[in-house]
Amino acid sequence: MSLVFAGTCSHAPGITGRSNRAASNLREGLRHSLGRMRKLLEESRPDALIVVAAEHFANFFMDNMPAYCMGMADEYEGPIEDEEWLAIKHTKIPGNPDLSRRIICDVMQKIDLAYAEEWKFDHGIMVPLHFLTPHYDLPILPVNINCQGPPLSPLHRAYEFGRTLRTACDAQPERIALIGTGGLSHWPATPDSGEINEPWDKEFLDSFIHNRREDLISYKDEEIFSDAGQGGFEIRTFLAVAGATEGSIGELLFYAPIPVYAVGCTVATMTVE
Amino acid sequence: MSLYCVQKLLYQLNRDPHTRQRYHENFESLLEEYELTEEESRAVIEGDIGLLYVMGVNGQILMHYSALIGQEWDEYIHAMKEGVKSYGPVRAGLYSMLKDREP
Repeated sequence: MSLVFAGTCSHAPGITGRSNRAASNLREGLRHSLGRMRKLLEESRPDALIVVAAEHFANFFMDNMPAYCMGMADEYEGPIEDEEWLAIKHTKIPGNPDLSRRIICDVMQKIDLAYAEEWKFDHGIMVPLHFLTPHYDLPILPVNINCQGPPLSPLHRAYEFGRTLRTACDAQPERIALIGTGGLSHWPATPDSGEINEPWDKEFLDSFIHNRREDLISYKDEEIFSDAGQGGFEIRTFLAVAGATEGSIGELLFYAPIPVYAVGCTVATMTVE
Repeated sequence: MSLYCVQKLLYQLNRDPHTRQRYHENFESLLEEYELTEEESRAVIEGDIGLLYVMGVNGQILMHYSALIGQEWDEYIHAMKEGVKSYGPVRAGLYSMLKDREP
């Protein structure tokens, strides 16, 4: 049918694992917004959900690091982390290998997309699913953009990947939803963990919501690293969603810096024209 | 190459149950399969998280090793900060780009 939904959200493990350590108004505000996103996702009646994530050395290591990879399995599992640490129970998650294969083949016309028939989800996918598809009954097509181990794919390619993914989705008979998950500025798992550059986040989000491609692709990795930390590299997942919804604008449902979650928590949807 | 080997060891310890079992049964025998310097071997054996951070191990890998040796989150953050005080700024890898950053 086509792409029927697009959005982005944060995936920090603290959102579930350290949930109660945030101020109650922020915690509830974030949960309420994720609930709104879930409702909008469900109202789009998707047959499958593509999750563009930025995993953290769960399946991919520097011995063989794809810039872009999509899962092509009939079942996945997660979380790979300790379930008490993440406060998400280990479970199986359905995939759709036939749909994955068709999308991969279409995307490969323009982007050299790798594939994987095994994939264990880390918090980068499990935290969003915990809120958006808590019964794990919607087939998931996981995508990873390497945002951890440089060299990283340039930002204009992340945008182009989104464009190409959109073309591939629109060529399928299924109704397909898309989310990108990642942090904006953050310094996860380092001595600076908990730092958040709120002005940087807000400037980026303004460009994202208005889908200003030239602004979005103008960031340099050295600047991102300096101003937004290594976690800022994950904006590639947002750029992929912007590319998939080029020409459309979005709505920011939630943004608030929550240091105990180590990120400015974000929930946004993009109009799908 | 050496930082790569340390990170590979810690990644496999984190993700591979078989490697973790060997860590518990005979850590020194496991270490022989990785080309580590004496300083790297010592840091891994002693669980010197601060030194491993200064060597350049990525936090997304290091935090799981910290948990494996029984550290709580706050201890992990403290160990990295103490490491920088004891051994100086991060020497290699992604975080060496932080060298010019204000503490």
